[in-house]
Amino acid sequence: MNEFIYYGDASLLKRPKWDNKNAEDKFYKYLYLRKNIAGIHKELWFHQQGDRSWLIVTRNTKNHEIIRVELATEVVKGLDK
Amino acid sequence: MYYNFLKILKEGLTNNNGWKKTWQNPQVKKKYNVIIIGGGGHGLATAFYLAKEFNVKNIAVLEKNWIGGGNVGRNTTIIRSNYMLNENEAFYEFSLKLWESLEKQINYNAMVSQRGVLNIFHSDAQKDSFIRRGNSMIINGADAELYDVQKIKSIYPFLDYENARFPIKGGLFQKRGGTVRHDAVAWGYAHAADKLGVDIIQNCEVNNFKFKSGACIGVETNKGLIEANKVGCAVAGSTSLLLSKADMTLPIESHVLQAFVSESIKPIIPGVITFGAGHFYISQSDKGGLVFGGDIDGYNSYAQRGNLDTLEDVCESGLALMPAISKARLLRMWGGIMDMSMDGSPIIDRTHIKGLYMNAGWCYGGFKATPASGWCFAHLIAKDYSHKLSENFKLDRFKNGYMIDEKGQGAQPNLH
Repeated sequence: MNEFIYYGDASLLKRPKWDNKNAEDKFYKYLYLRKNIAGIHKELWFHQQGDRSWLIVTRNTKNHEIIRVELATEVVKGLDK
Repeated sequence: MYYNFLKILKEGLTNNNGWKKTWQNPQVKKKYNVIIIGGGGHGLATAFYLAKEFNVKNIAVLEKNWIGGGNVGRNTTIIRSNYMLNENEAFYEFSLKLWESLEKQINYNAMVSQRGVLNIFHSDAQKDSFIRRGNSMIINGADAELYDVQKIKSIYPFLDYENARFPIKGGLFQKRGGTVRHDAVAWGYAHAADKLGVDIIQNCEVNNFKFKSGACIGVETNKGLIEANKVGCAVAGSTSLLLSKADMTLPIESHVLQAFVSESIKPIIPGVITFGAGHFYISQSDKGGLVFGGDIDGYNSYAQRGNLDTLEDVCESGLALMPAISKARLLRMWGGIMDMSMDGSPIIDRTHIKGLYMNAGWCYGGFKATPASGWCFAHLIAKDYSHKLSENFKLDRFKNGYMIDEKGQGAQPNLH
């Protein structure tokens, strides 16, 4: 049981709209395809055994070094602007 | 036949001076019929079956490090065919049959040991699901037996049967499952492929593909351009990186899976045991070390080493099953990079580029699949259409909705 759990590539925040043109294709790419980067990777973590916040962690997948941690809510606000 | 009893006797009497290299270090040719990228179990098996079963000549295996240095040497050496879904079970049963005749095929002692795999269950509901899986195995020609507690006690008296939280209620046993010496699988396939004229090129890293009018005609390596009519990729956790050179984005995440070995102790575990209430599997090597593992670490990684929280979790599961191992000291641990697919099942398919083929998505079940994976991938490359047993392992199944999701976890690779 871990304090933080991993939920995948931060691109999952950019969910396509259901009534988009080519929504089917966009959802296929959104749900199944991953860049799977070796190096600096932005990803979603959930603070399950803590304050239950969603985080965007910038991490190096080659050596597990954590470079930056942001609250997902803050980042999403930035995306909406 | 190169290795046999008389040869060993003769070499024993003549100071072992007559052994030749198991495989050569050939010069790289300018062009091959088929290039296999990746000198691991799957790549070497593919090359061997291409030469042996499909009569393809002029094959090369390119390996960026030394052969067998990746996941084929970084697993817990278990073979079994105890899946439930038809698409998987028939394939893995074929693989287990190939394991049974492997050593004769490759003339190499891979220490295939069918010592039995026991999946323990801890509740009535779990018993029902295991019986269902056992029936599915039997339908597909595999063997499965239901063991009650008494039977398990007679083999493994030291398990924690009275555990209040996870009492042992029985187990699903596959007698033909077991272990294989993993390094010898890579060496044995290399030995046999080499004897059939396959060029095994080590320290040869592929940096890019060479394309001409939409077809793949070779690879750019640190030893220069090598041309080929067909190129097959069998690079496990590096698949996304390699195929990004062909502008492909794949339904794969790379994750690290750890394995652990204790100090050597006297024989205690005759077969393979898996814990049903957590994720833990254990066997004992012929040298006496307890070989065990559990879940992947759970986050994208290319580091080939894991973290301690996973070790703690694995050991907690182990102690819940067999408290006695708390006395054993851990000797070694390592990590391998798994190509975790979005439905937990593999991909053996052509790509959208002519002449370029892929073999990936083995998650952490790749070792037991080695012979069948090699056979089916060789079939695909040689004949340009899928083997019957791998025709469901298509890349486009995620788009078309034909996922093969053994555990029903959905598109969450770290849960498969």
